[in-house]
Amino acid sequence: MSTNDDSQWPLWEVFTQGARGEPFEHAGSIHAADAELALQNARDVYTRRGEAVNLWVVPSNAIVASAPSDAGPFFDPGNDKPYRHPQFYVAPRGVRIF
Amino acid sequence: MDQTMPVPAEDPALLAAFEARIAAGESIEPKDWMPERYRKQLTRMMSQHAHSEIVGMLPEGNWITRAPSLRRKLSLIAKVQDEAGHGLYIYCGTETLGVDRHELVEQLLDGRAKYSSIFNYPTLAWADMGVIGWLVDGAAIVNQTVLAKASYGPYARAMVRICKEENFHKRQGYEICTVLANGTPAQKAMLQDSVNRFWWPALMMFGPSDTNSPNSAELLRWRVKRKTNDELRQRFVNLTVPQAIALGLTIPDPDLHFNEATGDWEFGEIDWSEFYEVVKGNGPCNQERMETRRAAHENGEWVRAAATAHAEKQRARRDTAAA
Repeated sequence: MSTNDDSQWPLWEVFTQGARGEPFEHAGSIHAADAELALQNARDVYTRRGEAVNLWVVPSNAIVASAPSDAGPFFDPGNDKPYRHPQFYVAPRGVRIF
Repeated sequence: MDQTMPVPAEDPALLAAFEARIAAGESIEPKDWMPERYRKQLTRMMSQHAHSEIVGMLPEGNWITRAPSLRRKLSLIAKVQDEAGHGLYIYCGTETLGVDRHELVEQLLDGRAKYSSIFNYPTLAWADMGVIGWLVDGAAIVNQTVLAKASYGPYARAMVRICKEENFHKRQGYEICTVLANGTPAQKAMLQDSVNRFWWPALMMFGPSDTNSPNSAELLRWRVKRKTNDELRQRFVNLTVPQAIALGLTIPDPDLHFNEATGDWEFGEIDWSEFYEVVKGNGPCNQERMETRRAAHENGEWVRAAATAHAEKQRARRDTAAA
């Protein structure tokens, strides 16, 4: 059988932007022979009902991700720096500070 | 697929941490640690689900050319396209568990993988398009709204997307039924005959009864499933019987009655021997469905080859331009 090529095509991650100005959100993935076809396949599979005004396709193997098990230590520095938040600073009573 | 694999020994500390996360209602993501059994069960369940979406295109594909109006033809084409999309959403979810889509497709084509038994029944009349949308997609929605809360993130997210689209399937099906129910005596009879053929297979879609479901306990414990097969089946019957009454249809079950105390529509015994026969491959259309599916895959080979060739040509063109 010569059908093995089916998923030898690279995998692409698909991101959709719901409306102009909104962030791109991960929608799923798609197999495609090249970027142009990945874009077309992504449109056909993930935007049949007006879910997007813009699409990104990214080769899956180009994504570098943090490990879930590192979540604590990796993102830790924020927690012990309360002075990064406005609530850390005192304003005189009765004064509105923006 | 293999269900007799021995359970690999897991690190008890990791397993405890995993189960604590599940108990806390956290969602499990692809790169998280998970027990091998969880990965296996999900792969089995998700690939079975994806295959069902793909095979589900076949009974309806039969009727695209024979739909009675352009409006009906359009919605049927859109629906069949949706089923293909649903298959792809779930296959890509399955790939996050470390299996190759190609492997799964092979398992389907060579008959190792299972798909929903409902698609092994023939679609004999136009009314079947209505009844399948109403009952079969209706049953799928009951199942999938619960799966949208499954503990595995990629599966749950695919289900949210699918549920939004299934509602259109169910509505277009019920609309077809409504028109036939208010039509000529021949149309009403065609509708009733279709309900008679699909009612019991639709109830079987929820799988074996709880006392006889080998995978349920584990799936429930890990919150892949949130409700048992029997609970979902009852919910479906409660939702559907009033819809049948509204159309003036008879449910082919002499034991069906309303229980005032529980608020449930109680139904008769399901013929499980038929269910297992169809699952084993001896349903009325098992063979035909698989032959059609294999032919579609083989006849689509040139499209895949053309896409690959096109991509290579484009790449070569870019390379010479850059040189």
